[in-house]
Amino acid sequence: MKPLKIKIVSFKKGVHPRDDGKSLSRSSAIRTAPLLERYQVIVGQNIGLPPRVVVKAGEEVKKGQLLAEPSGFVSAALHSPTSGKIEGIIDIPGPMGIPAEAISILADGKDEWGELPPPLDWQTVSGETLKARIQECGIVGMGGAAFPSHVKLSPPPEKKVDCMIINGAECEPYLTADHRVMLEETEKVLLGAAILGKAAGVKNTVVAIEVNKADAIEALLARSGEYRVGVVGMKVQYPQGAEKQLIYAVTGRKVPTGGLPADVGCIVQNVGTAVAVADAVTGGVPLIERVTTITGEPVVTPGNWRLKVGTPVVEALKLAGGVKRDPGKLILGGPMMGFAQRSTDVPVMKNTSGILLLDKAAISQYQASPCIRCGRCVDGCAMQLLPSPLSCMIEADRFQDAYENNVMDCIECGSCSFACPARRPIVQQIRRAKAEIRNSLNHKKK
Amino acid sequence: MTQDSKVQLMLPKGEELLLSPSPHIHDKESIQSIMLKVVLAMLPVVAAGVYFFGLDALRVIGWCVFFCVGLEMVWCFFAGKPVLGTVKDGSTLVTGILLALNLSAATSWWVCLLGGILAIWLGKQVFGGLGQNPFNPAAVARVGLLIALPRELTTWVPARGMTADLNSYSKAFYTTPDFTRLQEAGQVVDGMTCATPLSLAQTTTKVLGHGEQAAYNFAEIANPEAYWQYFLGNMGGCLGETSALAILAGGVMLLAMKLIRWQIPVFYIGTVALFSGLVNLLWPGVTPPPLFHLLTGGLMLAAFFMATDMVTSPITPKGAAIFAVMLGIMTCVIRIWGGFPEGVSFSILLMNALVPLIEKIAAIKPFGFRKAAAVKGGA
Repeated sequence: MKPLKIKIVSFKKGVHPRDDGKSLSRSSAIRTAPLLERYQVIVGQNIGLPPRVVVKAGEEVKKGQLLAEPSGFVSAALHSPTSGKIEGIIDIPGPMGIPAEAISILADGKDEWGELPPPLDWQTVSGETLKARIQECGIVGMGGAAFPSHVKLSPPPEKKVDCMIINGAECEPYLTADHRVMLEETEKVLLGAAILGKAAGVKNTVVAIEVNKADAIEALLARSGEYRVGVVGMKVQYPQGAEKQLIYAVTGRKVPTGGLPADVGCIVQNVGTAVAVADAVTGGVPLIERVTTITGEPVVTPGNWRLKVGTPVVEALKLAGGVKRDPGKLILGGPMMGFAQRSTDVPVMKNTSGILLLDKAAISQYQASPCIRCGRCVDGCAMQLLPSPLSCMIEADRFQDAYENNVMDCIECGSCSFACPARRPIVQQIRRAKAEIRNSLNHKKK
Repeated sequence: MTQDSKVQLMLPKGEELLLSPSPHIHDKESIQSIMLKVVLAMLPVVAAGVYFFGLDALRVIGWCVFFCVGLEMVWCFFAGKPVLGTVKDGSTLVTGILLALNLSAATSWWVCLLGGILAIWLGKQVFGGLGQNPFNPAAVARVGLLIALPRELTTWVPARGMTADLNSYSKAFYTTPDFTRLQEAGQVVDGMTCATPLSLAQTTTKVLGHGEQAAYNFAEIANPEAYWQYFLGNMGGCLGETSALAILAGGVMLLAMKLIRWQIPVFYIGTVALFSGLVNLLWPGVTPPPLFHLLTGGLMLAAFFMATDMVTSPITPKGAAIFAVMLGIMTCVIRIWGGFPEGVSFSILLMNALVPLIEKIAAIKPFGFRKAAAVKGGA
């Protein structure tokens, strides 16, 4: 491989999973899934308020038609993934283990587009128009958090934002969807990046990519000049793509404790989001499909698929040829921060970057023994906390101590639990403490 | 969706899927693998011990490992813990070998047994076992034995290459006119088969005071020829502490396998060199030159294998550095002005006790930390 002619940056600390599993699906080009009989679109997909459903059972809908409208500023619209009939608004197995409200759509097989908003000339329209379009098309952060994108693009006026970072780190092992998108839809990524930059009114827009995706970096570099977008390489280190770490790696700025990227003049958007924005602005296309990696050792043919939002996981697994052997775990997202699932009926959502199956033997089992203070969690903590001492405090229910030792700063990347030789469930304990502390803080407010 | 009739698709069954929070994968390192790697890194030191002190070294190592493992099992049996549970992690093996490396090759089996009791029961299990002990178990045993059985613990055997005419430092010692004066002063204990360079240095200052005469005598035990012998390990001492060469080899392995923080050996050895160098520069009669301090006694072994014990040293790099600097000062103070010729084990125990305080002082700031005053309302 040729050495890359770009700057390579990184945050400090972190972990480096040795076998990242990306080779399973890295070289598989994006394929579009065939039309299914039925889609189930979960209503509460985004962070913030769930949107308000505007369709009724029995109603005919077209592809791209509004299903649910934002119920507030921090809320994202939902659109129909195909044309057909609303079967009903029902409870289905949700990704968080509890039932979720979903709109069930029976496809008519025609996949007919409804009326779409007109294309915009992004270079002449105002930033506000672009933001309105992004909101109208229901675009959320597709890297995992599903935070409505237009909210990120509208920081408080007193915060001067000058840098838009497009996150192409894809630091989660196994996932290759963003990699393939950057490689195959290079121009859309750059166009989306430029539009996002314009919408936020920033001078600098960069795409930041881990250097294990050298081909994507080169593809982007070849065209980046046309869009006035920069390309930055990053060291392969988890969690390089975590927002605060990414901003530090690219700009050297540190998002203050409890603060937001806008506090240091940055906005971060995922590459998938950039593509969705490009489609929304230049074609009026709402966010109804995304590229998802279907992978894992038990999967027969791992690959990257363009799936409609609402595709049940079981149908996605059929596309990948099913499994060779019984897997131990089904995960939505990556192995470091994704969510384990019990049901294969869970549908794909706007933020489902991966459908991952792990072998029984590969699953980490936590048979915790006492901490031997080896310091691997300390060396791995991207937030420079003391994970194991924190977990010991939490084990003893010493939440006040944990709070004073900055437990709330944890970004829950899981590096500590990953690295712990004593197999201590460190990040799991920290999540418990954060929930307990949030509860008691809320209680105090009331 | 039409089912493909030709190929039977196998799909995961929901009820068999494990539901647990992320992260879902794990690094392959375990406590057991860490301990086995530490044992691997100790092999050069063990080999040097066997080379210089013969099969007696192996005998002592064997007894120490046997007693440490056995005592751990006995404790676990009576404490109602799984008898093999904690032996399997390998930490007892490490403690056993480390204890042996801290003993003379002439040590009898019952001293090993006492050492095992001190290390495993008093040093480790009374606190709750691995990970809970504030003090390094091997250091607890060495110090305990040294205080309880000073004679047994300071009966050294000559190393392989040491004969009356070959061994540079004892030759120097025996031929110096002051030897008779030392004998007359009753400082040379009968039955001492072989002195360690550090005890010679201490005896010298005890008899001759801190004047020019002492400085002259130091030159007899601290010269390039002697340094070379010390570096190889050709001197009296504990079976694992004499060969700086072997310890460095093991130390490089520890560092390469990322089992210890580099701050501890570097700052510990560095501080001892600086401190003893300064004292030697100001008062040449008080203590021999710094290289003598680095190559003799247990400093090398301690810097790489004892002070670096994960459980009993600070968890942060900054804390480790402070810990090591204070260790260095403490070691020099005991060696130069203390009652014992060697201060390594004492200073390790003292500093172990200070680890929680050091961690308070050396607390690392979280990423993006800002003082509460600078933020409206605070975090």
